[in-house]
Amino acid sequence: MVKRVVTGAHYGLKDWLAQRITALVMAVYVIVVVGILLACTPHSYEDWRALFAHQPMRIATLVFFLSLFWHAWIGMRDILMDYINPTGVRLGLEVAVVLVLAGYAVWVVQILWSL
Amino acid sequence: MKFRIYRYDPDKDSQPRMQDYDVEMQPSDRMLLDALIRIKSVDDSLSLRRSCREGVCGSDAKNINGKNGLACITRLSDLKEPVELRPLPGLPVIRDLIVDMTQFFKQYHSVKPYLVNNQPSPEKERRQSPAEREELDGLYECILCACCSTACPSFWWNPDKFVGPAGLLQAYRFLADSRDEATSERLDNLEDPYRLFRCHSIMNCVDVCPKGLNPTRAIGKIKDLMVKRAV
Amino acid sequence: MAIPVRKFDAVIVGAGGAGMRASLQLAEAGFKVAVLSKVFPTRSHTVAAQGGIGAALGNMGEDSWMWHMYDTVKGSDWLGDQDAIEFLCREAPKVVIELEHFGMPFDRNADGTVYQRPFGGHMQNFGAGPAVQRSCCAADRTGHAMLHTLYQRNVRANTHFFVEWMALDLVRDASGQVLGVTAMEMETGEVSILHARAVLFATGGAGRIYSASTNAFINTGDGLGMAARAGIPLEDMEFWQFHPTGVAGAGVLITEGVRGEGGYLLNKNGERFMERYAPNAKDLASRDVVSRAMATEIKEGRGCGPDGDYLLLKLDHLGVDLIEDKLPGIREIAKKFANVDPVKDPIPVVPTCHYQMGGIPTNYRGEVVAPQSGDPEVVVAGFYAAGECACASVHGANRLGTNSLTDLLVFGKASGDTMIRFLKENPGHKDLPKDAADKTSARLARLDSQQGGESVHEVGAEMRRIMQAHCGVFRFPDMLIEGVKKIKETAERVKRTQIGDKSKVFNTARVEALELDNLIEVAVATLVSAEARNESRGAHDRADHHQRDDVNWLKHTLWYKESSRLDYKPVHMKPLTVQSVEPKVRTY
Repeated sequence: MVKRVVTGAHYGLKDWLAQRITALVMAVYVIVVVGILLACTPHSYEDWRALFAHQPMRIATLVFFLSLFWHAWIGMRDILMDYINPTGVRLGLEVAVVLVLAGYAVWVVQILWSL
Repeated sequence: MKFRIYRYDPDKDSQPRMQDYDVEMQPSDRMLLDALIRIKSVDDSLSLRRSCREGVCGSDAKNINGKNGLACITRLSDLKEPVELRPLPGLPVIRDLIVDMTQFFKQYHSVKPYLVNNQPSPEKERRQSPAEREELDGLYECILCACCSTACPSFWWNPDKFVGPAGLLQAYRFLADSRDEATSERLDNLEDPYRLFRCHSIMNCVDVCPKGLNPTRAIGKIKDLMVKRAV
Repeated sequence: MAIPVRKFDAVIVGAGGAGMRASLQLAEAGFKVAVLSKVFPTRSHTVAAQGGIGAALGNMGEDSWMWHMYDTVKGSDWLGDQDAIEFLCREAPKVVIELEHFGMPFDRNADGTVYQRPFGGHMQNFGAGPAVQRSCCAADRTGHAMLHTLYQRNVRANTHFFVEWMALDLVRDASGQVLGVTAMEMETGEVSILHARAVLFATGGAGRIYSASTNAFINTGDGLGMAARAGIPLEDMEFWQFHPTGVAGAGVLITEGVRGEGGYLLNKNGERFMERYAPNAKDLASRDVVSRAMATEIKEGRGCGPDGDYLLLKLDHLGVDLIEDKLPGIREIAKKFANVDPVKDPIPVVPTCHYQMGGIPTNYRGEVVAPQSGDPEVVVAGFYAAGECACASVHGANRLGTNSLTDLLVFGKASGDTMIRFLKENPGHKDLPKDAADKTSARLARLDSQQGGESVHEVGAEMRRIMQAHCGVFRFPDMLIEGVKKIKETAERVKRTQIGDKSKVFNTARVEALELDNLIEVAVATLVSAEARNESRGAHDRADHHQRDDVNWLKHTLWYKESSRLDYKPVHMKPLTVQSVEPKVRTY
């Protein structure tokens, strides 16, 4: 028997599921927002501000972006796992991706709550 | 008929090269394998694997005009000239059209491709309903030719870590067998980011399988089983 | 030149059904066993078997191993050894059940038992009929399913395979005991001696001696060639089965299971001609009978096609559902190789060389036997054979469909068990003779240094042409005499084969030249044995003696390579525990 190559923790299924759940969340958000925009189309900057002044809208938007970043993280890591074989280089790139995505998340909070 | 064939003999060549052949075919030469045997009767240095010549042994898989397939069941009349033949991609070349399949079989072995049932053997057969048996259709027919795994980019990049479509199809063959008791161990064995989850469902495997099997569907079913177990 | 030596308890040459069933016995019993194969094990020719495994399970209705035994003796035209046949048929249900437990994906009945289909020559009630359903199958891919199951079980047992190694010669010491084989690793061209306490040959048949054959390219009779060169006789080599339904022009097999499921043969008048030749069994008569009937139809001008050289196998009336369920592989083959979809149109078929009934003489325990000082069956110590390369003899002059896979399982297992007993009783390796590898080295050196020699391809083609023309379904005395002369001339040419490719790495030209050395022994044995047998029995049909002659010819042929000498030995008419099946006229 060949010994299986140990490749890390059992997070394969968790990530695969997470990718699908985050995709679902994003889809729902997009549908809801498109619905809202069709129902009461904002015409000015003020209208847009008013729309995002609602707390539920802010939270929903935050959830959307967090899903997007989580989704992107799994996707980016998948790509890095596929194509970058040297562990050191891959780790470096993974850290870079995490930092960028975390930065984006902070920026999203800043934008939404400074309106 | 014109052919361009990948040639490499480490005993003589420092580099692989493409060799052109223009060979007169006979009416009895209908399949690509017939043509290769005719070429070999002229140039006996061309090395290739072949055995059953009817598509059940899985020996003569190669890359034919850019697509993996079995030479013995590929009709010459369906091929565009010059017919370009290369060894299966992604595996080390031993010589000419012959590749080293060690890694491919290692992955096959890694899924424990045998029935596990530790109950005492009954005197007669273990009963299985026709419906339960039908679950194995489309799985047990695999001939281990490696067309699928060597058409899979995920297997190209991580042949040591990703089981590949052929191995995963067989993993599911035993998961799907009503007589097998090792479902949980089999799922444990695959639940990791590489072994199963390098499959991104691009379906190259389905496209090339000479037996018309669908490894992507089997992989999807393994994922379903994992989700069901987790929930 | 120092040739590396590797030591094992047992060496098995060949990883088809018989080799892997035997290796399983040995590996599970904890012995160090090496299995050599020219191809990855699941590519062995067992993979191409389609129709099923014969065993009297009685899942479809009443059946008994004694009925199976009767059918097999009758099928063999009474040339089969009845002790071995009793053993085969009694053990068959056990090995099939074992295989099911190993994970074999058999087709099933509604009650969950293994499905069995009818097959030629298998009847109820000691041949009285009607047909019995005895063939255990996995659609029309039974051999494939069985070979993969056996390989998988061997993976579990940690069997050590030497993949893409070709055995070259048998190593025997001065007393005649077998001590191993010489073998070449194809990837590197390196030769080794595999030193063993017991050697099993499970190298399959040599159907490639004919130009039209259902056999794989690897079926080159390597075990028979090695045995013959080492002084072991070959038994009953005149008996070759021509399968009634090879795809015309391509040679690819169409299983008898097609007729088992209800298909039948037609001539150019659309007549179901088998009703004339075998009024009871019709298309499910024994294979030799059907093939002869087909050859007669073609000879008498009732063949189909522009040249009237094939017949038609009709199965469209079975309906697309049954064909897809039970015969999917056949549909695939017919579309690929005959350009017809059998759901709509009949398949053009012709009798095609399929199976070698003869082989290395063994007893029913798998031990190789040869005459010595008056005793026709003295065991050759340390040497075993099983499967198509062996002649136990259970198939006699004609094998029944499904009995080949049964043979692999029953005698693969039995020879494994016999080897285990021998290994326990004979601990320790005997010393290798000093000249153990000399013969092999000389052959390889000759091949590498040959100048102005013969092309392997051309001499091989000539051999196949001679066999096809002189030793086919019907055999004529003058053609046989001429054939013997021609094949002996060809054998001389084989001694001078030359290859252009001298590379060490995966040199398939060298492999093919070495295979031809083995094929030619089989071809000579076949023609010489056939020319001498002055009667018609089973698959051997002579134009000058159309009847079976039990007074003079109820005996096994033994061919020796040394001056192509023939000897004979009696048939075992006495079974192990039951009454003999007495010879009578064979009709279906």
